[in-house]
Amino acid sequence: MITKEIQKKLFDLMLKIRQAEEKIVEVYAKEQTMRTPTHLSIGQEAVAAGLGLALHKNDQIFVGHRCHAAYLAKGGSLEGFFAELCGRASGICGGRAGSAHLSDHSAGIYASPILSSMIPVAVGAALSFKMDGKNQVAVAVFGDAAIEEGVFAESLNFAVAKKLPVLFLCENNLYSTYSPMSVRQPSSPIFERVRIPELDTRQIDGNDAVLVYECLSRVVDKVRRESKPYFVECLTYRIREHVGPLFDYDRGYRTKQEVEAWMTKCPIKKLKQELIHSQIMTETAIKTLEEQWQHVCDEAYKKALAAPWPTENTLLNYA
Amino acid sequence: MPRFISYAQAISEALVQAMQEDKDIFIFGLGVDDCKGIFGTTIEVAKQFAPQRVFDTPACENALTGIAIGAALNGKRPVLVHARHDFMLLALDQMINNAAKWTYTYHGQSTLPIVIRAIVGKGWGQGPTHSQNLQAVLAHFPGLIVAVPSNPVDVKGLFIQALKSNSPVVMVEHRALYDLKADVSQEPYRLPFGHARVVRMGRDVTVVATSLMVQETLKAATMLEAQDISVEVVDPVTLNPLDEKTILTSVKKTGHLLCADSDWPKCSFASEVAALVAEKAFYDLKAPIGRLGWKACPAPVSKVLEDEFYPDSQDIVQAILKLLKRHEVKVNPLKTIDSFSGPY
Repeated sequence: MITKEIQKKLFDLMLKIRQAEEKIVEVYAKEQTMRTPTHLSIGQEAVAAGLGLALHKNDQIFVGHRCHAAYLAKGGSLEGFFAELCGRASGICGGRAGSAHLSDHSAGIYASPILSSMIPVAVGAALSFKMDGKNQVAVAVFGDAAIEEGVFAESLNFAVAKKLPVLFLCENNLYSTYSPMSVRQPSSPIFERVRIPELDTRQIDGNDAVLVYECLSRVVDKVRRESKPYFVECLTYRIREHVGPLFDYDRGYRTKQEVEAWMTKCPIKKLKQELIHSQIMTETAIKTLEEQWQHVCDEAYKKALAAPWPTENTLLNYA
Repeated sequence: MPRFISYAQAISEALVQAMQEDKDIFIFGLGVDDCKGIFGTTIEVAKQFAPQRVFDTPACENALTGIAIGAALNGKRPVLVHARHDFMLLALDQMINNAAKWTYTYHGQSTLPIVIRAIVGKGWGQGPTHSQNLQAVLAHFPGLIVAVPSNPVDVKGLFIQALKSNSPVVMVEHRALYDLKADVSQEPYRLPFGHARVVRMGRDVTVVATSLMVQETLKAATMLEAQDISVEVVDPVTLNPLDEKTILTSVKKTGHLLCADSDWPKCSFASEVAALVAEKAFYDLKAPIGRLGWKACPAPVSKVLEDEFYPDSQDIVQAILKLLKRHEVKVNPLKTIDSFSGPY
């Protein structure tokens, strides 16, 4: 049952993610204060928001390089986020990890960018939950290219064979850097290709936050109750370039029309229309909320810039 | 109370004692609970703790390593076993990109108490891909503790230490040492990482030897003693962290260094020790440094070629005589029995 509260929460969370990343877009090239390759999730926020709300606080997410959305959706520190991107000592990882490793372990969010490399780590977390009789769920979040690496198949096999409480969540945004699906994978849908009798899989519209939430709530509940893995493919689209803040339809690998068609399917735009149409929020209230998140992100960024750099003599700490 | 037990028994005993004390330790990997029990080292733990804490897995080396990381994040102490070190090549992504960098990159938000066992094969035609030693690669990347136990006493103490450590530890075991026996204390004890052992005192030449080559060097030292050549044998015990001081102190005393490694010499731990001494004790050297290791080819199967491939105590003797310019010395070979007779 989708309540108004859930819809508002989903919208709020997506706005938070969008505003945080729009702040990066605003300053990344111009101010050059974030010297870390960033993989933006603009256009893909619904997956993270739906997942974030479907999970319990002590569940854990393991994600690849495009990790900002999952980080914020799982409750990773926003100030720690900007400070990390700016390489400051107050960054969530002390300025060592940068954008592609953004991890707030106290919030249960772990990121590492070798596409598939966090998938088995999620399976290991699930193994420990099962061994210790904990009622927790681990989620591996990865892109369509991650399934091309061997450890994905290894992890899936292990999780199914050992009946572990892990959700495999694939964000299919159709491209691996500049390489389209057509040169990388068979034409059949991913969720059909990875299906085996012991593993339930499904495909959903990853740009519909309400739908993502509804689906993942049920799936996560099943994973938790039955202690068995599940695979969900979310169809979505990356609006900006693979890495960096720009639009890239001048680079020849996809057309402007294609990008614009997906922009009309923007998950925030979609939920905004629903909220207004169902009179859950007014346009003014939405505008105010947007401005609030904008302000929060502006402040977090300013605070990051004012924060001290790590001192040179800390280079070898934890080495 | 010391008992005369083998390297394999010492490993088994360390695992049993550690698991009895710490319920978060579990052991997994292909075949850890089968009838052979990783050459006898996991039979007893399997008896006591299978299937909950000792369990068989698919052969997915890279995933298993990631799984160990995920479990370690949540309070477990996984022990992952590769019955052959060569299979660890499939796991290097998780070991190097994730495990080795974890605590540093995430700024100490979490630690990874993981032990990875890797057994180097030798003899009975183990051949090119069942005999390799990745110690130099593993020690090259910051973040992994690399232990290379050469005897039953050390292997037990290092295992107990590893199972209490909060960093990922790789135990590079040597199959040809499994039957080596020594007096080993029954009580659990810890051997600290980064403390080299002067296994034998000497005055004429320092041999820094690892793993199986420690035992071969001890034989060589016995042979040379009869000719009044005194060999000091230094076992680094762990390659990372490395006890530089013990190595340098020994070389400063003897003025001669031979690095005898259970690996190929090129880009190896032997090269590392040579570089260390060249940097920090160059003016104490009375002769150029020597390196001794495997011949520059993959390990062949045929016994004749295999014997030529691996250096032994005789080769160490010759290397030392060359280093000391004592070519006139004739040394009687020790009668040795190879306790490892196969078949696999």
